[in-house]
Amino acid sequence: MIETFLWLLGYQFAGELLARSLGWPIPGAVLGMLFLFLTLCVRKGIPDTLRHNVPRLMTHMSLLFIPAGAGILAFWPLLAERPLAMAAVLLLSTLSTLLISALTLTLLLRWQQGRKARS
Amino acid sequence: MTPTVYEWLRQSPLTGIFLTLLAYRVALSISRRYHGHPLANTVLVGAGLLITSLLALGLSFDEYFRGASFIQFLLGPVTVALAIPLYNNLARLKRSAFAILCSIVVGSVAGVASAVLIATAFDMPPQIVLSLAPRSATTPIAIGVAEAIGGIPTLAAAFVIVTGIIGAVLARPLLTLLRMNDEVVLGVATGIAAHGIGTARVFQVSETAGAFAGLAMGLTGFVTAVVAPLLVHFLLS
Repeated sequence: MIETFLWLLGYQFAGELLARSLGWPIPGAVLGMLFLFLTLCVRKGIPDTLRHNVPRLMTHMSLLFIPAGAGILAFWPLLAERPLAMAAVLLLSTLSTLLISALTLTLLLRWQQGRKARS
Repeated sequence: MTPTVYEWLRQSPLTGIFLTLLAYRVALSISRRYHGHPLANTVLVGAGLLITSLLALGLSFDEYFRGASFIQFLLGPVTVALAIPLYNNLARLKRSAFAILCSIVVGSVAGVASAVLIATAFDMPPQIVLSLAPRSATTPIAIGVAEAIGGIPTLAAAFVIVTGIIGAVLARPLLTLLRMNDEVVLGVATGIAAHGIGTARVFQVSETAGAFAGLAMGLTGFVTAVVAPLLVHFLLS
């Protein structure tokens, strides 16, 4: 477990340092994820400690969003100004984002398969 | 309860940490009891239980967050850890990289444009429209973008959370309805539309879907940060 957190916090640390010194608006953890991914591609394998511990960590990722979810309590006065219109906007825009993303990917994957089948 | 005990309860980080774990564990039981029904979403139910108990105990969000911030801190290392499931799906990623990258760009643009256009259609005031624009990105990016384009950062953070919960609840039923049963499509679409909360949800469905959701979440953040200011300017001018 200690080695796992050294890996993960180390990459987050590197990501934060880079994002902050370049003034990028990207979270350090997202950069850390990309660096770790590139490291694994170069190493051509996952260190044992990460392979054993990370899957267990990921199963409970939802837990980590509960504090932010409870944050709705603090924002409630802002959200509740026009509750119905607000709910409709959030619902419709999220649905259309989901729909457009899923349709685009499905069509592109089909097109790619069709091209492979022809060649 | 004596006043000193109640004072301790409000000040101690133990309260927030314990309540969060308890709410999550109960939410997990409810989710399992209803066989992972979308409305029995662990973030939705967990946050609902927690808000109820905070109101019942008379605790403010700031008092709660003294402890809960320790739990939220773990989001950083867990985001980094998304690299591992992604690497496990390297073959699938290589095969479909072009399609996935294109969809992420299209989806990120759709995320910003849909919010701006629909909110304008509902006659929302400009500050709210601008706070809605980056709502598909993860919280830190959305806050930065909202600030840059003239929205209200705290309001943007609230929209991000609500969007994530809506996306996490609706993604799978919507795609099942449309008979899109590809795990990669589920993952990528959820990661684009519902960032980390959606990613956490699809991890409960499959590791492959979770891996691609994590990738999509990260790249949507990049694209939104770059594209949102230009796109908002274009749409509102």
